This record gives sequence, structure tokens and C-alpha cells, in this order.
Amino acid sequence: MARPKLGPEADRWKTVITELGHFALILALMLAATQMLIPAWGAHRAEARLMAIAAPAAITQFLLIGVAFAALTHAYVTSDFSVENVWANSHSAKPLIYKISGVWGNHEGSMLLWVLILALFGAAVGLYGDNLPPSFRARVLSVQAALSVAFLLFILFTSNPFTRLSPAPAEGQGLNPILQDPALAFHPPFLYVGYVGFSMAFSFAVAALWEGRIDAAWARWVRPWTLVAWIALTIGIAMGSWWAYYTLGWGGWWFWDPVENASFMPWLAGTALLHSAVVMEKREALKIWTILLAILTFSLSLMGTFLVRSGILTSVHSFAVDPKRGVVILFILAVFIGGALVLYAWRATTLKAGGLFQPISREGALVVNNVLLTTATATVLIGTLYPLGLEAVTGAKISVGAPYFDRTFVPLMVPLLIALPFGSLLAWKRGDLNAAFQRLGAAAIGALVIAAFAFAAVRRGPWLAPLALVLGGWVLCGALLEWANRIKAFGAPLSDTLRRARSLPRAAHGMTLAHAGVGIMVIGITGATAWNTEAVKAIAPGETLSIAGYDLTFRGAAPRRGPNYQETIGRFEITRGGAAVTVLEPAKRIFTAPRQATTQAAIYNALAGDLYVVLGDGLADGAYVVRAYFHPLVRLIWLGALIMGLGGLFSLSDRRLRVGAGRRVARATPPLPQAAE
Amino acid sequence: MRFATRSLGRAVVLSAAVVSLIATSYAVEPDERLADAALEARARTISAELRCLVCQNQSIDDSNAPLARDLRVLVRERLSAGSSDTDVMRYIVERYGEFVLLRPRFGLHTLLLWLGPMALLAGVVSMLVRRSRSQRSAAASDLERPLTEDEQRRLDQILAADKSAR
Repeated sequence: MARPKLGPEADRWKTVITELGHFALILALMLAATQMLIPAWGAHRAEARLMAIAAPAAITQFLLIGVAFAALTHAYVTSDFSVENVWANSHSAKPLIYKISGVWGNHEGSMLLWVLILALFGAAVGLYGDNLPPSFRARVLSVQAALSVAFLLFILFTSNPFTRLSPAPAEGQGLNPILQDPALAFHPPFLYVGYVGFSMAFSFAVAALWEGRIDAAWARWVRPWTLVAWIALTIGIAMGSWWAYYTLGWGGWWFWDPVENASFMPWLAGTALLHSAVVMEKREALKIWTILLAILTFSLSLMGTFLVRSGILTSVHSFAVDPKRGVVILFILAVFIGGALVLYAWRATTLKAGGLFQPISREGALVVNNVLLTTATATVLIGTLYPLGLEAVTGAKISVGAPYFDRTFVPLMVPLLIALPFGSLLAWKRGDLNAAFQRLGAAAIGALVIAAFAFAAVRRGPWLAPLALVLGGWVLCGALLEWANRIKAFGAPLSDTLRRARSLPRAAHGMTLAHAGVGIMVIGITGATAWNTEAVKAIAPGETLSIAGYDLTFRGAAPRRGPNYQETIGRFEITRGGAAVTVLEPAKRIFTAPRQATTQAAIYNALAGDLYVVLGDGLADGAYVVRAYFHPLVRLIWLGALIMGLGGLFSLSDRRLRVGAGRRVARATPPLPQAAE
Repeated sequence: MRFATRSLGRAVVLSAAVVSLIATSYAVEPDERLADAALEARARTISAELRCLVCQNQSIDDSNAPLARDLRVLVRERLSAGSSDTDVMRYIVERYGEFVLLRPRFGLHTLLLWLGPMALLAGVVSMLVRRSRSQRSAAASDLERPLTEDEQRRLDQILAADKSAR
């Protein structure tokens, strides 16, 4: 590595800080190696002093990687172009927030963020994991450190963000303009907290198999961590979808792009894991399956990292174009997934199956949930990998896109959504389906009312749309009804209801919210898919375009200058039935570094949906191609996701599930029933 | 400067890739549209199933890359000439290969793709049914089997304690 020429005092300090960051990263690797080996040895020999190293090591490892991350951020903020990574991805004229988000807007920096979050979770176990038995905690942190070692080696040897350039270039290349957007800039940290967070489920599963003790307490320990990861992933995916919606210029919000699938698969598996962990915690059933699911969920996260980071899928997210990296990640993948599965195959046979239950019961419903979610995950996995596999084996090139997933994934969601309200009403062990049917009558009526109302308002579109709405309404009403039942909202005096609502565990409120969010999202997806309209027309200033009852009058376009771009802004007066509604100003931007064009759609959020206007190409005599779309109910998609995340937060704040709660209770053999007097 | 040239090359490749992505911002131009609304609707449905060959995972309906435009125009020409939807699809696949289809055809080469998920579901469900049956019969036989020595001893102890208490 060439040493940069030392300039004035300020440059020397920049260099010192960057090199300190690099050094901290190397130290973190050494420390992670120690944390991987010594506590594990300690757990094996039952030596408390050796095991005690794990927690402080995990915390220090996080601090060291934090120093490295801060040093790289400093290089970005001060535009130190002697750092190759900064030069390739930043520009001195970029707004500050995009200088910061530029840190993870590229391959090397995003991998550094990946290990930072991995170490953050390890440190959290170090700080708050006092409720875990010492040997178990030592093993969890050892597994977590093994992951750190693998990825720190990967970063230092194939993707070092601290590589220097000499002489330092005067100006950087700039950040890809489509990444210069608030929602996109901050969705990677959420996504990473999500799928790196599932490493906790993995480490807990491997540690439990290693120790050979797996019981209800395990499910209680792992649940808060899985929930944190799940909440972050839910929000991260929703942010990415929201970004695509307003950036890509026609209002698409999900594309079944391999990169989206890479984050969606761990989400689906993680959702299944949250549900099966409940069964394990409450009834000690599904133990063997839950452990496997914990391993698989993080394996899918690792595979997502591989797909995105190796450049094997050439898509907008693939910033890495270096096959060497792909091979290294593939190796890491094989070692961890393969190792965990071998350990599982070896130990799982020794596990005893837990509590018995009838098919019609809460457990049975959660098994249905797991079967369908797992099959759905497998469908996404097959659809994503199949073209790669087929090309590798036969050389034939095929495409698997949205039309495939519409026909395979969506049908799996239908029975899941139908079963959902039943599941939360059935009792443990042995449920009464008839009673559930009777109690859900109101939900069915509610769903039909919602669908009839929507259909009367639109009176067109595919015949499936009202059915899909019934489904969404069914889930939403079912969730609310179950909640109302539990707090006796009907029939009991108000004070009694309020008292019940207060004493209901937060996890129960969380479940209601999350399920209601699912219903709301289904309604949004249906509206946006089935009743979406569009109008495209070349119009000159003064002319009008009509869509969904709105009239858009074009008032001309004018140039404007931004901090690092030039834009053309069109002005549209929106009226509805002659009454002024708003003014929309969609724009086309040309960025200066790198020189690229983006479209800025203008969106008016009406109650029934979004009016979405895009300025197209300019024609002769001041006319422009204008595209207008009306996306009915589309915001419910992200609102639904937000409510699901909120439900997760409620559940997380439940006292019984909080990190550190639920100290291990010695499990005595159940006493035989006392003989009757 | 070795790093610099390598990165420069990478940056050029990337920006080319990104430009093709940006080009996806909007699709069907006003002059492409067919006057006949029914025909235009059919064209849109077909377009959603065809891949823009130079973009990443975008249908020609969503892309304004020149090649996507050519394909859209071609689809509309064939439809206007009176071809059926299947004829148009077949014609396009003959010219551009199966890669152009976003929903691959069912065949030997896509057997696993189309049947894999269903086979998995069927497998898991049958396994669950079998396990639940064997568990239930195991539980039933567990009720009928005689007590083990250990259990008998505990039972005797409890009964003895009960008797002495009385």
C-alpha cells in the first residue's frame, strides 16, 4: 500500500485518524479470534474465568469496530480523497447527510456496517445477557465471534475500505445520484440490523445444540433478539419499497427483484421463527423445528449477503463487481451453514419431542403458519436461484420475474390469511373450531362490508379484487375482534374493559397490532394493484390532462439549480370538479458528479389514494410528455408495515419478554397428582 | 495509480449499468399507443410478461430503454395485424429466446421451478400427518402400557403416605 504524501497539518491528522481506524479494525479481528476460542474452551472445561472473557471481549470488539467505522465516516465527512473508498464514492459538493450515508452506499463500507451491527448484537449480549447461564452465554458469544472473524477477514483481505491512494486525487467520483435520497440513504442500516440481527437466533441455536440443552427457556431468551431483528427488517423493507415507489417514476413498490428477495426471505423465515418460538416457549413443542428454523433464517441472511455482495446478480444493488469476493463469501456461507446443519443433524436426534396437541389447536394453527411461510420462503428461494442454477448447469438463460411469483407465492398467502384469525382464537392443546367460527362471524361480515363498499365505489377492475379485499378485511376485523374479545369490549362495563385492556400483556396488544397491520397491507396491495389507473399525454403549457376525476393543467416548466444538480421543474395546477386541489411540481434532475439523470415524481396524497405525476421528455414548443397515475389505497401498504413493526415494538416491551427477563427456572419433574381425600 | 485505473474502469461499468436502470423511469410513450382501447389493453398485458433485455428484472412495460420500446412497438404491430396473444408471444420468443419471458414456460427444464414449491408443501404436509398419527398412537399405547418399576414405586409411596395420613 502506498503511503500518502503528508500535506499540511490538517491532512496529517486526517491520515492519523484513517490509519487509526484501519488499525482498530485489525485489533478487532485479533480480539474476535480470542473471543471465539477462549470462552469456548472455558465452557468446555467449565472454567468460569475463561468464560468470563466473553462479555468484555464482545463489548470491546464492538468499540473497536465502532472506532473503525467512525474513522471511515470522518474520512467521508472531511472528503479525504486519499482514501480510495471515499474517492470512488463521494464528492466534496455533496450534502453532508449523503456524505455520511455514502459510508455504507458502497461495497466496502456496507460490509463494515455489517460487522459493526454483528458486533453490536454481541456487545448487547455481553451487557444484558446476565440472565443466560454462563456456559451458554460463553458459547453464544463464541459463535458470534466466529462470524465476526470470518467477515473481518473478508473485509481486511478482499474489501478493505481503508485502502489509500497516492497522490490523493483532488476531487471524488461522487455517489450514485439515485442513492442520494433520505429513505434510501437510511434503509440499509435498518435492513442490516434486521438480517444481521438474526445472527443472534443462529448463535443461540448453535450454542444450544452445542450444550445439548434445549427447552422453553431457550425460546424465551431468543425471542427478544429475534423480535428486534424482525422489527428492523420490516421497517427496512418497507422503506426500500417506499423509496422505489416514489423514485423509480411510475409507482411500482415491489418488483420481486433478486435483491428485494434477498431481504424478503429472511423476513419470511424470521416471521415463521417468531411464531414457532411462541409454541416452544408456551408448550415445549416444535423444539427441533424451531432450532432448525433459527439456523435457516440466518442462513438466508447470509445467502442474501452473498447474492447482493458477490455481484452474482447484476442489479442496481450490486456494487461489487469482483468475483473473488463472491468465492470468499460462498466459502464463509458453506462453513457456517454447513457446520450448523451438521451439528443439528448430529444433536437433533437426541432431542425429545415436546408437548402433544390436537391438530385443531393454537399449536396446530401455528404449525399451519410455519408450513405456509416456509413453503413461501422456499418459493422465493427457488425463483431467485433457479435462473442462476439452470444457467450454470445447462447454459440456458431464463428469466423469473413478477409474473412467476404472482402465480406461486400469492396462492400460498391465501390459506395463510384465511387461517390467521382462527389461529389466534383457538385454545392451546385442543381448540374448538366451531366456537371460533361463531366468534368470527362479525369479522366475516366486516370483511364483506369493506369489500362491498370498495367495489361500489369503483365498480370495475378484476373480479379477484373484491375477494382479495374480503381477505384483507377478514384479517383486520379478525385481529380487532380477538382483541375486543379479550378485553370484553362488548357486554362488560367500560371500567371493566379498560382494566382488562391495561392488564392484558403487551405481547397480546402487539399480536393484535401486527395482525391488523397484515390486513391493512393486504387491502393496500389489492387497491394499488387492481384499481391503479394511468394517463400519458404530450401536453403544451395551458393544456389539461385528466385522471381519476382530477384535472391537471400544465403551467410550463422552468430550470432550477440544486446543490449538486440541475433540474427542470414542471408546474401543474390540480383541480377536481373545478375546485382547486393543489399544485404539483414534478422534476427531472441532472446530477453533476457523476453525470446522471433522475426523475422526481410529485405526489398528492388524497384520502382514496395517491395522485402521482411525472414529467417526461421535453418536446418542441414547450410541450412535455406527462404521465399521471392514480394509485388507490397505496399508502396502506406502508402503513400496514409500520403497524406490524409497531406491534413488534409492543411485544418487545412486554415485561415477560424483555432482554434479561425470565431467569432460568429449575425444571423439576412434575409432581404426581395428590390422591383424593 | 493502479487502484485508480481499476476503480475508474469499475466506475464506468457501474455508471453504464445505472444509466440503464435510470432509463426505466417511465415506459409507454404517447405515440406508441394504439387507438383501439381493447387492443392496447392486450398489448399492456403482454408487455408485463416480457423482459426488457438490457435492463435488470424490468418488464418492457416498465422500461424506456430503446430496446424495450422496439419490443413494445413490435407487440403492437403484431396485434394490429390480427395475431392472437399466444401468436405474439411465440413470435417474440422465437426472435429473442426464452430469456425474454418473465414467467418461464413449463417444461422439463423448469420442472423444479414450477413444481418445487408444491412438491415441498405436499411433502411437509404428508410428513406432518404421518407424524401426528404415529404420535397419537404412541400416546395411546403409552396409556395402556403397564407402569415401570420406578413409576410403580412412586405410586406405592404416595398411596402409603396417603393411607398413613388418613
